[in-house]
Amino acid sequence: MSILLFVILLIILWQGFYWLMVDLLEIFKSYSFPSPLGVGERLVALCSDGSLLEATGQSLLRGVAGYAIAVLIGVALGLLINHFAYLQRNLKPVVLGVQTLPSVCWVPFSILWFGLSTQAILFVVVMGSAFGIAISVDNAIKNIDPIYVKAAKTMGAGRRQMYWNVILPASLPELVSGLKQGWSFAWRALMAGEVMTTSIGLGQTLIMGRDLADINQVMLVMIVIVAVGIVIDKCIFSVIEKRLLKKRGLC
Amino acid sequence: MALEIKKLSKHFDNSEEATLNEIDLEIKSGEFVCLVGASGCGKSTLLNLVAGLISPTNGEIVLDGERITGPGADRTVMFQEHGLYPWLNVIDNVKFGLKMAKRPKEEQEEVALHYLEMVGLLDYKDYPIHQISGGMKQRVALARALTMDSKMLLMDEPFSALDKQTSNRLREELQRIWMETKKTILFVTHSVEEAVYLGDRVVVLTPGKEMQIVDINLERPRHVHAPEFVDLRHEILDYIKGVEK
Repeated sequence: MSILLFVILLIILWQGFYWLMVDLLEIFKSYSFPSPLGVGERLVALCSDGSLLEATGQSLLRGVAGYAIAVLIGVALGLLINHFAYLQRNLKPVVLGVQTLPSVCWVPFSILWFGLSTQAILFVVVMGSAFGIAISVDNAIKNIDPIYVKAAKTMGAGRRQMYWNVILPASLPELVSGLKQGWSFAWRALMAGEVMTTSIGLGQTLIMGRDLADINQVMLVMIVIVAVGIVIDKCIFSVIEKRLLKKRGLC
Repeated sequence: MALEIKKLSKHFDNSEEATLNEIDLEIKSGEFVCLVGASGCGKSTLLNLVAGLISPTNGEIVLDGERITGPGADRTVMFQEHGLYPWLNVIDNVKFGLKMAKRPKEEQEEVALHYLEMVGLLDYKDYPIHQISGGMKQRVALARALTMDSKMLLMDEPFSALDKQTSNRLREELQRIWMETKKTILFVTHSVEEAVYLGDRVVVLTPGKEMQIVDINLERPRHVHAPEFVDLRHEILDYIKGVEK
């Protein structure tokens, strides 16, 4: 409830700022600074022709697909790095380094290899989030209390049993927060990819706003991107995290 | 003969002197042996070597004719920190070892209930681990260790993280359970009283000295205030003090 009031307060402040800077002092032009009312108008317009919903749906679909691939690759890579000391010593620093690359850096490659296609966007998403997921998988396993593994060893657990019955459940809470972070990387990378290519989606709606010099549409898309990010985080990842911690008496 | 420790030495890379130097010890089947000594004397190291969680620098440990090369279900360990799994409830923790051994579901249930009853926690079988007290956690850990029906039970200061009252009650229960089950137990503790209370023999480890073995020929159940008990306790304490000087 309090957060809703806060958002309303922000919007009022925003409208006041707009009124002061654009209408009264004329420091900004109305085409270079968005207003709540203008954004609202665009929201109504883009909703009534269905294009905003379609763009959001398309982006989400791509985001989820790319994220799923990134999770598969990231988890596999993380397990490998964790398991083999050689990879831990040599590959992990490289992965850590590559992970710091902003996802836009992968756009030239993706366009050369896949053209202006969905695959190109997925490539950017995967590159943008798989490495971070790999690092967090490795860390999650490393942070397991060693006594869990020791106890299982003295109860005769084999290697595969150890992974399923000890390592996976023991690292799960940290794994989920790693996957959550991976999602935010994927969502960001998705926008980088969509802005560069031409498929229908939030990125393209944003670029269209720029091309039409419609700053309100740009702002609207930015708000939608943030809103989707928050909804996914709060409705999926945070719920799972809370449930896990609660079951273990940690919150 | 159950366990034979032969000329066992352990030298950690980061220390000047060997932690254990040519230790020889035999533990008979069904015997309760306690290891005491000040911290740093190598008692936990010895237990971890028997558990197979670390490997010796020299010498060997043989259990029923088989040389120990790694951890295994024939030597279940009970740790100072309970080591229970917080994502499982009480009974599922107790079943863990049986599940690893792929025993039938009904048998898992039956065995787990049997030992939960033995440690007096039948009413708590569905509780999550974080909702039971420290003493109860150690009792769950004991039940879990007992389900394995292993050749040996290795206990590494299992009661020393608990308050005095709880640890006293638990050692009484352990004595009772040992009298019922006649397990072979190697029990590490820093409390001489606990060692004399529980053990058939008390092995006193002191850094850089020959180890001393004291037979405890007292009737069970034992009483800490009995004169013979007090005498034995003082004898061992004086020995440790003498060595330290």
